[in-house]
Amino acid sequence: MNLLNFPKPLARFVSTLPSWPASRAFVAAGNLVAWPSLRDLDWSHVAGRRFRVQVSDLGLKLYFSVNANGFRALHNGLADVTFTATAQDFARLALRLEDPDTLFFNRRLLIEGDTDLGLMVKNMLDAVELETAAAGMPVGMGRVVMKLRHLALK
Amino acid sequence: MPALLELICPAGSLPALKAAVDNGADGVYLGLKDNTNARNFAGLNFDAKALADGIRYAHNKGVKVLMALNTYPQPDTLSRWHQAVDIAATSGLDAIILADPGLMAYARKVHPNLRLHLSVQGSATSYEAVNFYRERFGIQRAVLPRVLSLPQVENVVNNTDVEIELFGFGGLCVMVEGRCLLSSYACGDSPNTFGACSPGHAVRWQQTPKGMETRLNGVLIDRYADDEKAGYPTLCKGRFDVQGETYYALEEPTSLNSMEMLPEMARLGIAAIKIEGRQRSPAYVAQVTQVWRAAIDAVKKDQAAFKPNPAWMAQLNKVSEGSMSTLGAYYRPWK
Ligand code: SF4
Repeated sequence: MNLLNFPKPLARFVSTLPSWPASRAFVAAGNLVAWPSLRDLDWSHVAGRRFRVQVSDLGLKLYFSVNANGFRALHNGLADVTFTATAQDFARLALRLEDPDTLFFNRRLLIEGDTDLGLMVKNMLDAVELETAAAGMPVGMGRVVMKLRHLALK
Repeated sequence: MPALLELICPAGSLPALKAAVDNGADGVYLGLKDNTNARNFAGLNFDAKALADGIRYAHNKGVKVLMALNTYPQPDTLSRWHQAVDIAATSGLDAIILADPGLMAYARKVHPNLRLHLSVQGSATSYEAVNFYRERFGIQRAVLPRVLSLPQVENVVNNTDVEIELFGFGGLCVMVEGRCLLSSYACGDSPNTFGACSPGHAVRWQQTPKGMETRLNGVLIDRYADDEKAGYPTLCKGRFDVQGETYYALEEPTSLNSMEMLPEMARLGIAAIKIEGRQRSPAYVAQVTQVWRAAIDAVKKDQAAFKPNPAWMAQLNKVSEGSMSTLGAYYRPWK
C-alpha cells in the first residue's frame, strides 16, 4: 500500500515553505504524538545534538534537537547528523514496515554526519514498542497508526 | 530426539525479539549492551529489564533464548565478561554462545549447568577443533564459519557428537570469522575486541557530486553511483584500486542465502539454522523469520520435493545487502 503519496502540486507547495516554521510544526506534532512514549528513553547521550531530517521528495528540511523535555525546533544551520529519505519511506520506517538497513542498501535512506549518533537514535527508536507508542498517542491517533500499519502489511 | 533445523533468529531489541517469536523462531539470540558481544552498536541490545522481559515472552511461547558472549575479554576489563556469564546463568536463558576458551573455562567451572555453544567467532572449521572444545569445556553445539563447503561440513558432522549450527541467511563475513583484522587495520577496533566490525564512530557516509562515498576512519571504501546498491561499510566489501583497476577485490556486497541447501542440511542432521542480523530492525526480523519458518516447515514435511518458493527468495533478496544473495562457500565445485 502507498502511504503518503503526495500529489505533485502539493509537494511543490511544501517545498517552498521555509524551514523554521516547518521545523516548529514538526516539533509540535512530535511532542504531541510521539513524545509520551519516548520520554522514558535515556536521551542523555543525544541531548543538544542537532538533527536534520530531509524529506527529499518534498524538498523539506527539518532541524531540531532532543532533550529530556522533548523535541526543540532549531534554526537552519549545521547539523550533527542528517537523515534523507522520501516522505513515503520515512512513514514506512515510522510504522516499522521497513528496515533502515534495507532502505540504505537500496539507496533510499542516507545518513550523513555523525554515524554513531544516527545509529544510536535508530536503535533507541527500534527498542520502543509500537503498541506502547500508539497507546501513548492522543485520542484516536494510536488506533489510526496501528490500522495504517495493518493495512500496509496486507 | 536430537534438534533438527531449529530456526535461530537475531534480536537487537525487545520488539525484534517479539517479532522473531511471533513469526516462528525456535530460538532467539541476543547480547548485552556492551562489548561482550560482536554487535556492540550504540543504543542496540538488552539491559537487565529488557532481558528479563524478553526471556519471559519467549519462554511463554516455548521459544529458547541464547546469549551471545562472543568477543574476547580484554585484560583490564575481564570482570565484565565474567559478570555477563553470571547474568546469563542466573537469568534462566537457555545457552550462551562463546568464542574465548578462557571464558568457557570460567563458565564451566562456576556454572556447570549452563549450556555452552561455540560461537562462529571461535572459528572452528574442523571436527578436531570442535571435539577439542567438547572435551575441554563440554560445549554442546558449534556454529561453523561461513567458509566451509557443504562436503566439508559433512566431514565435521560425521566425526563429532556436538550439534552443528549453520548460517542460513544474512550478512557474510568471509575472512574465517574471528580472525579478520581488516577493521582493526583501518580504525583500531575489530569485532573480537571492540565488539563491532566498522564501528559507527569510524564510519562516514557522504553524498558527493561523484556519488555516495563510504569512509572508514577516513579511508575511502567505496563510492556508489546513484543507481548502484550499497553494502555495509566493511573493508571486505570495498572497491579498491588494484594495479590501476578499481573493483571489489575481496567480495561484492551480498548476503548469504543457503535456502536451496536445506534438504541437504536436513539430511546431514544439522541441528540449527542461524539468521544473521542483530543490528537490524524488527521489520527485518519479522520478514526473514516468517520466510525461513515456512521453508523449514516445508523441508521437514517433504525433503525430496522441497524447492525454495520464488516469493520467499524475492523477499529475502529485498532485504539483502546489495539486494542480492549467494550460496557462499556452501556450494563450490573446487576444494
Ligand atoms: S571486514 Fe568483513 S570479513 Fe572482516 S570482520 Fe568485517 S565483515 Fe567480517
